[in-house]
Amino acid sequence: MSSGKRVPFKNPVIEWIDQRLPLFTMLEKEYGSFPTPKNFNYLWNFGAIATFMLAVMIATGIFLAMEYTPSTDHAFNSVERIMRDVNWGWLIRYVHMNGASMFFVAVFVHMFRGMYYGSFKAPRELLWMLGVATFLLMMATAFMGYVLPWGQMSFWGATVITNLFSAIPVIGDDIVIWLWGGFSVDNPTLNRFFALHYLLPFVIVAVVVLHVAALHVSGSNNPTGVEPKSSKDTVPFHPYYTAKDSFGLLIFIIVYAAVVFWAPNSMGHPDNYTPANPMVTPAHIVPEWYFLPFYAILRAFTIDITIPFTSIVVISSKLGGVILMFGAIAVLFLLPWLDRSPVRSGTYRPLFKIFFWVFLAVCITLGWVGKNPPEGIYVIIGQIATAWYFIHFLIVLPLLTKYEKPLPLPASISEAVKRKGAR
Amino acid sequence: MKPGMSDDECCGGGCHEPLVAKKECCGGDCGNCENCDCNKKSGKQGCGPDCKCARGAVDAERRDFLVLTAGAMGGVGAAAVAWPLIHSMNPAADVLALATTEVDLSQVKEGQSLTTVWRGKPVFIRHRTQKEIEEARAVAMGDLKDPQSDEDRVKQSKFNGQDMPQWLVMVGVCTHLGCVPLGQKPTDPHGDYDGWFCPCHGSQYDSSGRIRKGPAPTNLEVPPYQFTDATHIKIG
Repeated sequence: MSSGKRVPFKNPVIEWIDQRLPLFTMLEKEYGSFPTPKNFNYLWNFGAIATFMLAVMIATGIFLAMEYTPSTDHAFNSVERIMRDVNWGWLIRYVHMNGASMFFVAVFVHMFRGMYYGSFKAPRELLWMLGVATFLLMMATAFMGYVLPWGQMSFWGATVITNLFSAIPVIGDDIVIWLWGGFSVDNPTLNRFFALHYLLPFVIVAVVVLHVAALHVSGSNNPTGVEPKSSKDTVPFHPYYTAKDSFGLLIFIIVYAAVVFWAPNSMGHPDNYTPANPMVTPAHIVPEWYFLPFYAILRAFTIDITIPFTSIVVISSKLGGVILMFGAIAVLFLLPWLDRSPVRSGTYRPLFKIFFWVFLAVCITLGWVGKNPPEGIYVIIGQIATAWYFIHFLIVLPLLTKYEKPLPLPASISEAVKRKGAR
Repeated sequence: MKPGMSDDECCGGGCHEPLVAKKECCGGDCGNCENCDCNKKSGKQGCGPDCKCARGAVDAERRDFLVLTAGAMGGVGAAAVAWPLIHSMNPAADVLALATTEVDLSQVKEGQSLTTVWRGKPVFIRHRTQKEIEEARAVAMGDLKDPQSDEDRVKQSKFNGQDMPQWLVMVGVCTHLGCVPLGQKPTDPHGDYDGWFCPCHGSQYDSSGRIRKGPAPTNLEVPPYQFTDATHIKIG
């Protein structure tokens, strides 16, 4: 804290506080005059949008927790009570429920933007990894939140996902019993999921604080991927990006509100309005849409790998699927060391650009496969798409790093902006 | 150090020179002046305030030992504190107390099934017909994905030394992803092997509950159970 270099504030109250704790100086430095590349496109809105969604989820979640009862006897009914009897309960719940989907929408756009423009490259590797950690925490939080209403999909989703851990050799079954706190998904499981579902968002906040702190050390990447060279290349964060982020956020909120008011159950499953019944399995268990690509990867591994000429299984199809699914996220952590092309932005990488769109298509395909039953053609398509997911990261990106000839980079952000304006 | 005295005067021009009454001259700060290597470390002469070695050289080995042993003790302590927290998440005494289920089978006629709950999971108890038993026993081991004889699967079904292979007892949870297979009711689909059919991903189990077709890796699990008399069974 360099309180010696502080610029005094005119307001005496603010000044009194700032002398003792320079919060306002920090805000001014990080969000007021913070120099930000002047050429952001609308894809750069989604960090702010994701932060907004995190705040919405925590705010609505706290009020839902005041009405919710984490007990197998009461959970389903307490959610129905929120929907029917609690003042505005239906609104708070629909905002929370669809908020999870919208949060994932924002984060997916944010991640693909980072991949396309090389935002994960030096010196922003740790920034990227903190983001992937946030994503992982979000997945855990969303999964546990989906269990809380204790409908059929809640129960069977929890059963299938916790059963994944039984694939771990030797200790797998004990781990599953430990996760459950019993011998099946039951009351102890529901209670701990509620406790963790309340805790993890605050862990996410902590990781996001680190994510933003790291961002403010390196500064933002931008659509050219060329670092700002002079003050001509940047504008102060306020009012330029406070305004642009607010505009983007409002558009996003319009879409969000449309879903909440007109199609609040479009992304849910009707089965989850049937109370959980451990004796009857729904005919078709599917996770929420944002997990579908990973669900497809989980199911892509269909053969047991055995020691040749024996029937001793080294990696069962179940374990193989679990390894692939976690590998699909682990590979994201490694991305800064897989794509080492010195050119950040996909705009100046003619080959990378093609592979990026193929990769996006593969991810969407995986989502579509995950939604469908693992039979017939879906199995084959799922396996090809899963293979390509890993080929993209482990083979295509390193090869492009080596052999791709990028286009010439602009000398500076200003030059790129002018050239675009002249066209 | 006495006021007004320079470092050189104080320590006699350098640490390596033995000095009489050095403690007095340096105000007690000089310590083991004769052993020190302050010239190497700080490049300064004497025992002045800049000299890092006034208190003697660090015994690196001793310090490592202390750091490692203290760290190890701390680690053991942390683990000892963590264990009650971790173990609290394992099944509690009341959950374990419900770990056995007793069922009266006197009303289950031949060809009928009963589903009961054990440890929160469905358990299938089937009073098999002679035809089903024969079918199960006629299968060659080579045809099975998870080879196990029917005799082996019902070996716990006995009372007073008498085998009762008509009673098939299994956990009704598909070994693929945990769904509950169909086949307990006469109107349910039974698959191609006169047993159970899992609607989730199409696994088919035979009349001994062994996996015959579909993605499930193993046979339906047989829980530990025993007959307490000819018509009562205790599961778990």
